[in-house]
Amino acid sequence: MAASSDRIPPPFPDTEEPGVCDMADGDRDEGEDIFVICVYGSFAFFIVGGGARVTSVRKKELSTSSGPPPSSSVTQSPAAMQPSSSLQQLEEEEDEDIFDVDVAVTNPEKIGYVLCPCICFQTSLAMFRSKAFSVRRRYSDFLGLYEKLSVKQSLQGCIIPPPPEKSVVGMTKVKVGMDDPSSVEFVERRRAALERYLQRVVSHPSLLQDPDVRDFLERDELPRAVSTQALSGAGFLKMINKASDAVNKMTIKMNESDTWFEDKFQEVENEEQQLRKLQVVVDSLVSHRKELCGSTAVFAKSMAMLGNSEDNTALSRALSQLAEVEDKMEQLHQEQAASDFFIFAELLADYIRLLGAMRGCFDQRVRAWQRWQEAQSTLQKKREVEAKLLWANKPEKLQQAKDEITEWESRVTQYERDFDRIGMTVRKEVLRFEKEKAKDFKGQIVKYLDAMLQSQQRLVKFWEAFLPEAKAIA
Amino acid sequence: MMVMTSTLSVHGHNIKVTEVLKDGDTLTFLIVSQKLSGTGEHHVDRTYDDFEWLQQLLFSQEDEPGIQGVIFPSLPAKASANPSAKVMKQLGFLGLGEWQLYCKVLERYLRQVAAHSILSKNKAVEIFLTSSEPPGRQRARKNLFNRLSQAVEERRKEGYKDVDEFFQTERNHNLVLTCYAKTAAERFLDVVQSEQKIAVACAHFSASLHLCVEPGEDPDKQAFSKACVQLSEVFDSIKKNMTSVAENDMNTLGLGLDLESRCQEAEKEMLFRRTCKLVELEAARRNAEKAKPLKKAAMEEAKKTAEIEFNDICVVAKQEVHRFRAARVKMLQHTLVQWCEKQLLTAKESADQFNQQLQAFRGIAP
Repeated sequence: MAASSDRIPPPFPDTEEPGVCDMADGDRDEGEDIFVICVYGSFAFFIVGGGARVTSVRKKELSTSSGPPPSSSVTQSPAAMQPSSSLQQLEEEEDEDIFDVDVAVTNPEKIGYVLCPCICFQTSLAMFRSKAFSVRRRYSDFLGLYEKLSVKQSLQGCIIPPPPEKSVVGMTKVKVGMDDPSSVEFVERRRAALERYLQRVVSHPSLLQDPDVRDFLERDELPRAVSTQALSGAGFLKMINKASDAVNKMTIKMNESDTWFEDKFQEVENEEQQLRKLQVVVDSLVSHRKELCGSTAVFAKSMAMLGNSEDNTALSRALSQLAEVEDKMEQLHQEQAASDFFIFAELLADYIRLLGAMRGCFDQRVRAWQRWQEAQSTLQKKREVEAKLLWANKPEKLQQAKDEITEWESRVTQYERDFDRIGMTVRKEVLRFEKEKAKDFKGQIVKYLDAMLQSQQRLVKFWEAFLPEAKAIA
Repeated sequence: MMVMTSTLSVHGHNIKVTEVLKDGDTLTFLIVSQKLSGTGEHHVDRTYDDFEWLQQLLFSQEDEPGIQGVIFPSLPAKASANPSAKVMKQLGFLGLGEWQLYCKVLERYLRQVAAHSILSKNKAVEIFLTSSEPPGRQRARKNLFNRLSQAVEERRKEGYKDVDEFFQTERNHNLVLTCYAKTAAERFLDVVQSEQKIAVACAHFSASLHLCVEPGEDPDKQAFSKACVQLSEVFDSIKKNMTSVAENDMNTLGLGLDLESRCQEAEKEMLFRRTCKLVELEAARRNAEKAKPLKKAAMEEAKKTAEIEFNDICVVAKQEVHRFRAARVKMLQHTLVQWCEKQLLTAKESADQFNQQLQAFRGIAP
């Protein structure tokens, strides 16, 4: 269980290595070519308002038997695989929500042959043109949004939440209409990840103001995003790491006047390592739970067979009941595994990516400093040139030199201001991040405990129902 | 071999295998039995080989009429202090943990032997339970009960049509149950092992969370650290819960399925012996019919002997089958009730624990 110190994120449980996603080169949008041969079309995500909730519903003609039971409206948080769509609950939770914009992603739906996540949301903020509405978005639109934001905002030092990773294999299965549990799980995972992504974006005060975000949420049609290939999972981290490398290679080492930044950066790196270790452990927990599901189901069958062959009626009935209890337990274990996964594994994965984004911000600040320093040294050179010209008495070039000095003086001032500004923004962002992190983790833990409690209570009921059957054997 | 019969001088129903000691590779079991006269106990130590000695002697009571109709209590496979993977697989549930289940099974074996009307009379049982010296360890000669030879003949004789409907039904039924019981035991073992793995993973997670605790005055950092510590406690509880669930499974249903599986095997062996005798009998009858006048008398004699032996076996076998059926239903009932009660208790305790932790969590200021 040694933590790997390289920066490639560990793979999603159940899917292939992120590296595989990158094999497509060029600007091909995810899976577009694949659509052409697809007969069934695929899933769209539906984002509905009412708090950070994402539910996934398969279009009825596509779903046959497997997969989680469909829910047709906004439901509880993804941790509970038995969605209960009670509006009262929603309203209660909405009250607790401190967000003014509530976004949720639900209802993957097929629209023609195109994968279209749908976003619905509600808001009380005046800046939006209406209170509640829904839009359809493709996965590539999400990536496009991220690209736009990172180009603009990360230069300011903001931590931009990264979107969920691409997965060619997962999406192909989904598009071909495969009904198996792993593609269902993939759809659910994608949906939940998109929702968390959006929720983080809208809860960031500056990002919410960003016109691109507004467009994303409001406009009926968005121009198709291209060049999102660079933003697949491994691609994203490569980008961050390239930036870091560029920083490290700069000849002028930053003279850090403020140890706060140095300390924080170290903390961030340490934390990322810790979380990776945790992720490995959680992944193994999830896989063991799935194993337990499988072995429980198989055992239930063998008890059913034993019960059927039994002569003694009471014993036969008890054994058949036992088989049913075991079937119910298998269901419980499934939910438990989903709970483990969605509440913790995904949380850890998100935070590892967020910490990566944070490192990116720190690097941006260093780049800003370097730009400022370079400008200063250029200014110095220009001044030397001017001095030389004065001494060499070449008045015609002197004016040009003076102009250049003026230009560079203003640049130096600008870059210094930029540097200070980024510094302040990064500080603010880090503090905000830590606050969010504490709240996020705590919220997830409460969710998890709740789910555990409920499953234990159901277990108690199963056993209580079985006991009289067992006692009745004579 | 053992002509003299005796009555046991100890109680059969409360024989205990109290401890197991490891000596190099050998396991030694301490057996305690209560004297009938009420004046104290016998403490003896025995190895697996001693158990096997006893079993062989029980098998070889050839003078006892119908002995082949007895469903012999089943001995588990031999265990050593450091068993190989193959042996572990053979042992199944009995290999888990520190031999507690194995001791229980040996204990049950002795109780069954001591309670059996025919078997308990064998002097070997008295010697085994009371003699301070370990009983003779020379191997008893192999006899009809040698399983290896049975395996070869089995395919031919197993399907031999019976003359008695009662036994034909029992044979068919037994065949099915033996197979299903064994499968069920094996699959339940998989379940228990998955549960144990989950417990281990939870323990890892709990320990790893402690490493995430961040020092510092910052209130958000402290909140996060506190959350980590509490989550660590939660997973510790989950680990304890899983461990209990696995133990309950092992000690009740696991043990029960193992016993059921081996008991069905024992019945199968008895029925097979009877079938073999039936084959012998029918052959003897044919020989007697076809015999030339010179040999006729001898053949008739052989036929009569075979008939008597077969009838004796059938009488004993029928009794044994009835006894067996009643005993197994009782055992399974007891197993299922125990299993259910233990799991119910564990589930209730866990629910309480989680509830407490949830309240504690919610109570902290956000």
